[in-house]
Amino acid sequence: MSARIGPPAARSREALSLSAAAAAGRFRLQQCADCGGYAYPARDACPACWSADLQWRDAPDAGTLVSDTVQRHSFNEWFGARSPWRMGTVSLDAGPVALTHVHESLEIGQRVRVIARTDASGQGVLIALPETGDSTMTDDPNLSHLVCDPAGRSILVTDIGTVAGRAVAAALLEAGAARVHGGYSQAEAPEIDGVDAIPLDPADGQSVAELARRIGDSVDQVVFSGGGAWPGTALGEGDAVDAEDEMAINYFGLLNLARAFVPRLQARAADGGEAGHAWVNLLSVHALCGGTGFGTSAASQAAALSLSQSLRAELVGTGVRVVDVLTGPLEADGASAPPPRVRPAQLGAAVVAALQQGLERVPVGPAAEDLLNRYEENPWVLEREALLS
Amino acid sequence: MVLACPVSVPYVRHSERPAHWWIGRALRGLADASGLGPSDIDGLCASSFTLGPDTAVALTQHFGLTTRWLDHLPMGGAAGIIALRRAARAVQAGDAEVVACVAGDTHGGSSFSDLIAGFSRFSQDAVLPYGAGGPNASFALITREIMRRYGLGREAFGKLCVAQRHNALHYGKALMKKPLSLEDYLAGRPIADPITLFDCVMPCAGAEGFLVLREERAVDLGLPFARILSTQERHNAWPDDTVQYRCGWALDSERFWSAAGVGPDDVDLVQTYDDYPAIVAMQWVDLGFTSADAIADFIDRHSFTFDGSFPHNTSGGQLSVGQAGAAGGWLGLNEALRQVTGAGADNQVSDARIACVSGFGMINYDRGLCSTAALIAGGRS
Repeated sequence: MSARIGPPAARSREALSLSAAAAAGRFRLQQCADCGGYAYPARDACPACWSADLQWRDAPDAGTLVSDTVQRHSFNEWFGARSPWRMGTVSLDAGPVALTHVHESLEIGQRVRVIARTDASGQGVLIALPETGDSTMTDDPNLSHLVCDPAGRSILVTDIGTVAGRAVAAALLEAGAARVHGGYSQAEAPEIDGVDAIPLDPADGQSVAELARRIGDSVDQVVFSGGGAWPGTALGEGDAVDAEDEMAINYFGLLNLARAFVPRLQARAADGGEAGHAWVNLLSVHALCGGTGFGTSAASQAAALSLSQSLRAELVGTGVRVVDVLTGPLEADGASAPPPRVRPAQLGAAVVAALQQGLERVPVGPAAEDLLNRYEENPWVLEREALLS
Repeated sequence: MVLACPVSVPYVRHSERPAHWWIGRALRGLADASGLGPSDIDGLCASSFTLGPDTAVALTQHFGLTTRWLDHLPMGGAAGIIALRRAARAVQAGDAEVVACVAGDTHGGSSFSDLIAGFSRFSQDAVLPYGAGGPNASFALITREIMRRYGLGREAFGKLCVAQRHNALHYGKALMKKPLSLEDYLAGRPIADPITLFDCVMPCAGAEGFLVLREERAVDLGLPFARILSTQERHNAWPDDTVQYRCGWALDSERFWSAAGVGPDDVDLVQTYDDYPAIVAMQWVDLGFTSADAIADFIDRHSFTFDGSFPHNTSGGQLSVGQAGAAGGWLGLNEALRQVTGAGADNQVSDARIACVSGFGMINYDRGLCSTAALIAGGRS
């Protein structure tokens, strides 16, 4: 197992809610349900009225940078190897003071917007960025570890035989990927401009291992695009795809790919410093809840999501980021899937944005957003809602 | 109530001995200085960062004390004066006859980085993930603000540090033995901008202690002592300030001086908590020795050596003696006690009668929470 060295990872239990929101790129603070005040750092009672009813809510993200320092020495090994490191004090319009990472272009007194992301230890941190403009974190030496910009990377998209895979491969090239390998399992290689098509059957462990030996040592990012979800039932009445095939593709396919490619990705991340190593899983949002009309394929997606969570836990601190892209049904999935459906290009753009912005959990399309919101509110209520439809 | 027997166990840069050993040396020093033994001490007040898993409770058994009053103070650099306040109240109320106030810490292996990693929940959640610069980084954010508000440059801080090094060269127990020039100070390597090397204390192992008892008892024992003219203590003052530039002293300074019946001009020497120089400036302003507008000129005008116009941190302070963990909050108090009883080393301030001592502690998140101050005057036995 490679060494796990990261920024300080310890958090209070309450602070983990900031981390969970940060994984989805949301800036949330505790807000007191009784007096309305915001609190930070995470507390167990409101400092203004002592209410215990503190709720993590999307909070106003504007503020002013009021002080800063450049740390040239660190008591933490990970930061020590990356000195100097800038930290600042932000007076948030919401009320509290936040210490944050600070974009290199900012000066004291400037207005900022604060975002939340997960760091190399998988926990949430706050970052002060210029209030306006498209400031990128990629070029800032203190912030580049928070994102995995595909520009200049060598990327494997595991199945370009799928509509999703084709769209993602095209979007990655468009975003400046240096090389895109595209796996295909059908007899004839699909032709996509700029993509190196390579035979790959994720369900066949030997085929996967052989490919990993051939190209694994040059791949920076992997996008698992083999999966999908199809309308169906648990009892199998009229299902287009066999349940065992769904499991073979969505679960065992991912498992085979992960076991073959992840160790090489880890080794590259350990050698290569800040190369933006990532593992992206294209999953159906129906992985979150059964009973929504996707039957056995939702079950296989749930298995894949669970596997993805395990991968994330095992890869924390290794420099490989695990990203779950949770999509609603694609337009190409046919008339059987209920609208609104996701355009393939929309999915491609979402994958690129997730990598560029350093997100670990992104819904694609209004159906997925809606389902994810309801899941976050109460997964058991979501299950009961499914009974009504 | 008076305080007596300032004991400073000589510091070392590295120690494999536990905090208990250091505190034991302080207790023995108190016994040697007072002629009192374990059976005479019925109150104990202790402070230490590296005593874990023990607290003051364990120290009673460890050191064979049967006390009827006990306190453990986790207030860092503010704890020395809090020990004095509480011990004096205990003796005044008759809860104890003689209170030993001790602080000690070890420094070795990973003790300092462990201390930083486990310092507070807020620093764990919301400070360390941003670079883990520890106290240097936290104080740098405050220093930046104080420099801006007070119009102070690095030369002003340099003057304080240079004067303290001069003082340390006249206090035998200081770890720093080499003179420091302003040029040396300004050339110090950057640590956490704007803080550079000579703004930082050197963590070390050591211990300090003093006794609190009734004046009559001190006279009976033939001990030189100091009377307490006034004290103050505050925690989490000015919570709405976005960046700390003042602390509890600014809330309580008026009452502090009026209770003592003296003013800043009557003070013969000042001992501040000097981790880091910007915090010294904050104490001078908050306590009324100068003002935010005048401090740049104040620093320019005065000399801060023990023989100067404003004798300050006459032992060399933590910056030049070393910071023995929680004992850092005792250092200034013990030095003041020596000075006002005429027991100073080669750094004795002439005609020293009244001393002002202040303490500061515990950057829990973005600011130091605890502030304390005491005015003491030498008595005659």
